[in-house]
Amino acid sequence: MLDIRNLNARVEETEILRNLSLNIKPGEIHAIMGPNGAGKSTLGNILSGRPGYEATSGEIEFNGKNLLEMDIEERAREGLFLAFQYPVEIPGVSNMEFLKASVDARRKHLGQPELSSFDFMKIARETSKRVSLDAAFLKRGVNEGFSGGEKKRNEIMQMMLLEPSLCILDETDSGLDIDALQVVAAGVNSMRSPERSFIVVTHYQRLLDFIVPDYVHVLAGGRIVKSGGKELALELEAKGYSWLEDEVA
Amino acid sequence: MTEQVESLIRKDYAAGFHSKIESDTLAPGLDEDVVRFISAKKEEPQWMLDWRLKAFRAWQEMEEPTWAHVHYPEIDFKALSYYSAPKSMADKPQSLDEVDPELLATYEKLGIPLHEQATLAGVAVDAVFDSVSVVTTYRAKLEEAGVIFCPISEAIKRFPELVKKYLGSVVPQKDNFYAALNSAVFSDGSFVYIPKGVRCPMELSTYFRINEMNTGQFERTLIVAEEGSYVSYLEGCTAPMRDENQLHAAVVELVALDDAQIKYSTVQNWYPGDKDGKGGIYNFVTKRGICHKNARISWTQVETGSAVTWKYPSCILKGDNSVGEFYSVALTNNFQQADTGTKMIHLGKNTSSTIIAKGISAGRSNSAYRGLVRINAGASGARNFTQCDSLLIGDRCGAHTFPYIESKNPTAVIEHEATTSKVSDDQMFLCQQRGLDAEKAVSMIVNGFCREVFKELPMEFAVEAGKLLEVSLEGSVG
Repeated sequence: MLDIRNLNARVEETEILRNLSLNIKPGEIHAIMGPNGAGKSTLGNILSGRPGYEATSGEIEFNGKNLLEMDIEERAREGLFLAFQYPVEIPGVSNMEFLKASVDARRKHLGQPELSSFDFMKIARETSKRVSLDAAFLKRGVNEGFSGGEKKRNEIMQMMLLEPSLCILDETDSGLDIDALQVVAAGVNSMRSPERSFIVVTHYQRLLDFIVPDYVHVLAGGRIVKSGGKELALELEAKGYSWLEDEVA
Repeated sequence: MTEQVESLIRKDYAAGFHSKIESDTLAPGLDEDVVRFISAKKEEPQWMLDWRLKAFRAWQEMEEPTWAHVHYPEIDFKALSYYSAPKSMADKPQSLDEVDPELLATYEKLGIPLHEQATLAGVAVDAVFDSVSVVTTYRAKLEEAGVIFCPISEAIKRFPELVKKYLGSVVPQKDNFYAALNSAVFSDGSFVYIPKGVRCPMELSTYFRINEMNTGQFERTLIVAEEGSYVSYLEGCTAPMRDENQLHAAVVELVALDDAQIKYSTVQNWYPGDKDGKGGIYNFVTKRGICHKNARISWTQVETGSAVTWKYPSCILKGDNSVGEFYSVALTNNFQQADTGTKMIHLGKNTSSTIIAKGISAGRSNSAYRGLVRINAGASGARNFTQCDSLLIGDRCGAHTFPYIESKNPTAVIEHEATTSKVSDDQMFLCQQRGLDAEKAVSMIVNGFCREVFKELPMEFAVEAGKLLEVSLEGSVG
């Protein structure tokens, strides 16, 4: 699914990721944890091709293709999805219009016919129910005036509609109360399948009580300093990150 | 991302072709003889010629206004031709079958078929080519309802009393430099009359086309809505691509008598010049309406064309409880300049006005909103709400806002909101991360920004306007 080999990356002039390697197989959930400033979000931004983030060396293979050579939208159409930590508002553009355009772009790429407005509306309504968003949100501007929790649920709804093969959740749990967290987690769990992989970036162990990962990696100083199973997250919860940072130093 | 946005600024102007049509074009120059020539060509009565000459004499004493936030080389008014008509129109074709097929083909190509069976259902069209009206569709059907929709040159002859009564009643001959020039040399345009209590059964529209080189277009539109009547009117404009600048100076007058409603929509897509700022239309237009008791006038405009735009569709709210509205989208790209807005003059009691102005600037263009809200002493209970939003694409363009508020009545309530925003890198990234390409993303963001205005346009044209915006933005993202 995704193979990152010896990746070095920078934001403007600052080196953020150093010699990072990670291999994710179909169906796996990988959690990326680590202290603030460890480069956790940078990973998601590099993978999705965000302007300003540059891979200086290393290779990334996604579904057998060279990811670093692809445009932002190509990566998305190919099935890479980033759920944003801070989803941005697009005033006046209805959620429905935006979602339909996104889904059409993905379907076109996959050689599938566009959905009729009627069919899409039906699917979108059902999906909004699955993340406990009122169907009225479909008519509102993209994230316009949404609360923090509504924005995050909107992200998960987009993920469900687009049916990506690789989902990257960038601190989706930040700012969520426990109810919203459970809705988001249930949404993610409902999408688990042998063909779909997840990268769950989080600062806290809490989210991983609900979305149980196959692997946990600790990112510190731009490197993966420790990898393990789900029990590693519990250890981090108890001991914090500093002992690992000391190990690196 | 900014560079990406910038490098996309290059657009194709689909209406930029020139039709090979033989024309009778008056030699360049401007004096009283030219005014007389035009009047004679139109076989006008003496009173009309006198009216024109009065305007011309006034114009000679006037100076070109320089207060607008636009820059262009001085215009040599004597180097322009003030009359051009397709030769085939000289023998006055009586029906569509007699009209030069090349002319019909021109409109066909612009997406304005003039055969009634092929036109947009429910829309009557007056097609003005350079200085003359080519054809007006659905006239018979409109006449059944008592609605008059014809070229103004014809109205002057057929309905002299109506024209005499209302022409210049809203925009006087000496109103301003360009209005005076227009009053002297206007060649054609549309005349609309809706009788008392009649709801016009279809949308009326006029399509203006400049074809000939070095020719100015000076059209004049007059719409009179009698008591309790309703009409929705739309105008569209295009011109060929040329390296020279061309002048367009129109005057539009609207009269909404008691309880009448006029909805006037414009999709202006005159040739904007090329990506280096060469060529394009100078669009200097005076549009004004007067509202009597309980009347309502709505101006909706989508301005994407012209090299320079100078335009302030306005409402004089004379009657008590009358309502004026102005909804505007002005998009400038490359080297285009626009100084546009409105004037809401509150005279009657409990009059209200709404102004929603959206300016979008891309490339090295500059767009300015200029608006006046005036509440006179007698206008107790007057209300105004103004919202001015500017959207910048890239970092070499400009947006400017010049609001003027004059209130002489202490009971007036005036609200003004203004915002300036950019198409942000984060918005672009969100769209692209969801699989949309950069151009689609920009056009979607810009369309969202304009939504409040587009919803005021008649349905068919709202779709057109959205598409036009997309074309005009072509090249504004990489």
